[in-house]
Amino acid sequence: MSILGTRVIRTEDPRLLTAGGVYVDDLREPELAGAVRATFVRATVAHALITGIDKSEALAQPGVVAVLTAADMTDLPAPEPPGGEVPGPDEPPAEGPVPLGGKWAEPLLAVDRVRFVGEPVAIVLTDSTYQGEDAAELVSVDYEVLPAVTTIEGALADDSLLFPDAGTNVCVRGGRDISDDSVFADCDVVVEGDIVNQRVAALPMEGRATAAAFIDGKLTVWASTQNAQLGRLIFTAIGLPPDAIRVVAPDVGGGFGAKIGVDREQIVVAWAAKHTGRPVRWVETRNENLMSMTQGRAQLHHIKIGGDRDGKIKAYRLDVIQDAGAFPRMSGFLPMLTNLMAPGVYDIPHVQADYKVVVTNTTPIAAYRGAGRPEAAATIERSVDWFAAAAGLDPAEVRKANFIQPDQFPFVTKAGAPYDTGDYEAALEKVLGAADYASLRAEQQRRREAGDTRQLGLGLASYVEITAADAGAGETAKVEVHDDGTATIYTGSSAHGQGHHTAYAMILQDELGIPMDKIEVIHGDTDLIPDGVGTYASRSLQLGGSAVHNAAIEVKAEAARNAAALFEAAEADVVLDAATGIWHIAGDPDKSLSWAQVAGNADGGLIVANVRFTADRPTFPFGTHLSVAEVDTETGKVTLLRHITADDAGPVLNPILMEGQRHGGIAQGAAQALCEEVLYDADGNPLTSTLADYAAITATELPSFELLTSETPTSVNPLGVKGIGEAGTIGSTPAVHNAVIDAVSHLGVRHIDMPMTPERVWTAISEAQKASAK
Amino acid sequence: MKVELTVNGKEVTADVEDRMLLVHLLRDVANLTATNIGCETTSCGACTVLLDGESVKSCTVLAAQADGQSVTTLEGLAADGQMHAVQQAFHQEHGLQCGFCTPGMVMAIVSLLKENPSPTEAEVRTGLEGNICRCTGYHNIVRAALAAAEAGK
Amino acid sequence: MIPPAFTYVRATSVDEALGLAAEHGEDAKYLAGGHSLLPLMKLRFAAPGVLIDLGRIPELAYVRDEGTYVAIGALTRHHDVAHASLLESDVPLLAHTAEAVGDPQIRHRGTIGGSVAHGDAASDLPAALLALDASFVIRGQDGTRTVPAAEFFRGIFETALEPGELLTEIQVPKPASPAAWGFQKFTKRAIDWAIVGVAVQGHAVALVNMGSTPLRATAVENALASGASIADAAALAAAGTSAGSDIHASKAFREHLARVLVKRALEDAAARS
Repeated sequence: MSILGTRVIRTEDPRLLTAGGVYVDDLREPELAGAVRATFVRATVAHALITGIDKSEALAQPGVVAVLTAADMTDLPAPEPPGGEVPGPDEPPAEGPVPLGGKWAEPLLAVDRVRFVGEPVAIVLTDSTYQGEDAAELVSVDYEVLPAVTTIEGALADDSLLFPDAGTNVCVRGGRDISDDSVFADCDVVVEGDIVNQRVAALPMEGRATAAAFIDGKLTVWASTQNAQLGRLIFTAIGLPPDAIRVVAPDVGGGFGAKIGVDREQIVVAWAAKHTGRPVRWVETRNENLMSMTQGRAQLHHIKIGGDRDGKIKAYRLDVIQDAGAFPRMSGFLPMLTNLMAPGVYDIPHVQADYKVVVTNTTPIAAYRGAGRPEAAATIERSVDWFAAAAGLDPAEVRKANFIQPDQFPFVTKAGAPYDTGDYEAALEKVLGAADYASLRAEQQRRREAGDTRQLGLGLASYVEITAADAGAGETAKVEVHDDGTATIYTGSSAHGQGHHTAYAMILQDELGIPMDKIEVIHGDTDLIPDGVGTYASRSLQLGGSAVHNAAIEVKAEAARNAAALFEAAEADVVLDAATGIWHIAGDPDKSLSWAQVAGNADGGLIVANVRFTADRPTFPFGTHLSVAEVDTETGKVTLLRHITADDAGPVLNPILMEGQRHGGIAQGAAQALCEEVLYDADGNPLTSTLADYAAITATELPSFELLTSETPTSVNPLGVKGIGEAGTIGSTPAVHNAVIDAVSHLGVRHIDMPMTPERVWTAISEAQKASAK
Repeated sequence: MKVELTVNGKEVTADVEDRMLLVHLLRDVANLTATNIGCETTSCGACTVLLDGESVKSCTVLAAQADGQSVTTLEGLAADGQMHAVQQAFHQEHGLQCGFCTPGMVMAIVSLLKENPSPTEAEVRTGLEGNICRCTGYHNIVRAALAAAEAGK
Repeated sequence: MIPPAFTYVRATSVDEALGLAAEHGEDAKYLAGGHSLLPLMKLRFAAPGVLIDLGRIPELAYVRDEGTYVAIGALTRHHDVAHASLLESDVPLLAHTAEAVGDPQIRHRGTIGGSVAHGDAASDLPAALLALDASFVIRGQDGTRTVPAAEFFRGIFETALEPGELLTEIQVPKPASPAAWGFQKFTKRAIDWAIVGVAVQGHAVALVNMGSTPLRATAVENALASGASIADAAALAAAGTSAGSDIHASKAFREHLARVLVKRALEDAAARS
């Protein structure tokens, strides 16, 4: 029996559970002996010119090694001009999730101006952390305050410009024309409105952390990153070629997209190590993390949805404005994905979607679990429920009336997304069945008739999402079998909790019969794996796993040649028993060879295969979530009672790992719907920059989840798998959102913006009651 | 000032700044780096250790306050190479992903089960209100706590 | 993340603590559990030059039956207040409120005296003690005085404690009908400070976070005394309060919550007795 598809507990765990993980702050490498600690001095105003920096008091403090600003960074090479011209706002945006650069360029340390509270202005190097905080407090920065732009509306007004040379705060425009209203002309039911997808913090439990040492012309950087190889490329900005740089990702305490590559502070830390010749270690505080690690979402949507009274949706318009924060680090990439996934799982004849990106004096926005797709799903699913309520129809029935049907795949939507495989109705039916939807509706009805203080709401979300959007970049795997019968997998993936070591070892065991406890998996060291892409976009199993699979097959082929030579038999007669890892000659049970013997016979006592697997397209996992929520109508407080999902990402390699990804995703998605939001005051001061104020969700607010299995394979890769990492987040936000509104829809509530805090819910109830009293 | 404590059964003596936090004594002086720091507002619980057998957030205890007391960290939980029931349960139930919140989470549960050996799911969830995890959605952490409780019977 | 430098000194008796406070003057603060003070110092919102650790004065941690009242040492940890069988039977409101403070780790360290002396209107215990008509025993170098809860809380982080004075004991009169208690703590998440809280003992009603100090809802109490129904009395919950607006709730929502929560707490108290 194959190990694939079975529940295998993680090989990563014993070390993590007994000795603890080794994150950047835990490293005790000899190269870091005597490392100075870095503390950043950060902007305390949201928008200002820097008129002076006085380091003198700080420099006089005990233990201070250096206080460095942009003025000290004279040993950097001139930045590369951006590939080609930076497009203007009315031109097609740069492809790919790269900073816009040019007029919108982001410096390493602020030069003459700061654009968000928390922007790094200086770096203080001290012998100890404690001294660092004392000294950094004493660096005095003079600011000439400028009007702060803190909202999308404010940005669009263009009264205060973050980049005066650009002449506007709108940095990117894209999508298609959305002005044609005739598509709604023959719709009996039309709903139009604004939907906010609010700014949230990525909040990995380990913040950003980097340690760097420059020794004998070589820079080694240990970074809490999702891809060491991309990090190495980025570090060349300090004036070293890639082969003079080694980047190592030690244990990484979560990433969620916000640790893709490395960012400006980390480049500054690497530069500081080179500039001073001292090893440097930086570990950000939570306060810094909540102010200056990139954040997620922050889109404003205007939608219009129209269709028949019987529930058939005929037209959908999505207008997206993306708040990029102070620097457009991902150009138009995120809202481009939102546009691409706009119609979700539905076969809608007319889809219009466009986007623009504005800058504001807030923390820069980048990828955060789902990166552009949760926003699309959250809005189409909210819009469908809104439409259903307006038409007086059950939201489950409206979904069924509009799903893309199984026989329509592969299906290219009107937004241009090429969905590979899916069975959306089956996922919905699975969830409705497991939840006993009819009984829940009956209970809801009972409570409504009784006028219960605690009302019940049911929220559905049927979603589809795009994983491995950069399938063409692929992933690498090198597999070695050694002459002692052990194996090593070098992967370009970069796990930060996903359990790749277990998953990839399972693939290798399945293919080669080498037991998992004899397989070592290595990732995240550019000296050992110079060529790799990394872990984000839910790409690793389908691309990295497929690479391991293909490398295993190559290893098997070479091993077969070696075994044949040892057996003095024909290659065609040589057989590997994958269950035991023993080589035989077909029909001759007495002659056998172990992997150790076969590898021992190879050149150098090693069988190696080095593979880059690329796919020609991304894949599209899908599913349905049902949230059952209770609303206390006197206080607006929401209690999540149940959360039932069917998330389909193809065949399940290891149910334990897959469930864990879904659980984590559901919690983050529910948190966005219910409680999390990054807030600023009118001057751009962050109001949620500690964990006491930022409402990160805890175990007490969540129920246990009910996960159903659904496996619809794809033909895009040899494993038949899609990516599960972000799906839970994408489905849960709209399910919870819809559930809460459903709970009070009988009182006249049609929409509540996220997060649905008690005050927001209660206010919606009060206003609906006042309106109906008239 | 000079502090002397017992950490995982061994004496640790050090001359430290008066303001040194217990978590830094453990990590930087005793070199026990399993205990992590996740915030500055006593919110996240990543730094949870046992102080005289009770869970505390070591970022909000001065090393000086713990002078003469005994501390247990994750590294001191396993006995004779055998994982503690809570560690074992985390392994079986996939109660960890990136592992950063895990030491604090495990110690919080050890203390919780000591005070309430047969908790309900609701009691486990409320008992973990001071421990934030971003990866697992808590589902398997709760299962691990309940499994450890079951194993303890 | 790191407090500014300070000098740590340790007291092993109340007299020694008072002496150290007199010696160091305004620059010194008492350190009990540290879970109100240290978080402020770590954010550098407070920077006392001297911390006087009271943690080695075991005589200040106790829960004693004094007949008509329960005497609680100021350094009794929240966990021990919550689990004291004497309080569970004779003053269940207090045991229950102590269990609602923070999280388990915080309750293992934080003390009832520290919470009271800190004087935060958003804290749970001060309101419960106000509803219970507790008194606070204060020792100074000049002697001992007792201040009733109604006179103890003066303003935001401001109490009747003079510089150098030490709160040593909380005296809680045993309620005539111990079971007639109610406690409502409204939060977005379990770990949060109360957006609004209500502590009820009999017909005494106190509010958490509806002003610069914990407040008795006197309009509610007077209405109940005049025979009003719970519903009618609770409608007056916001009278005389001065709730704030912040990222967690607006003033109007807090006033609405006060009315709802007072009603629920009174109903619970009635149901229990």
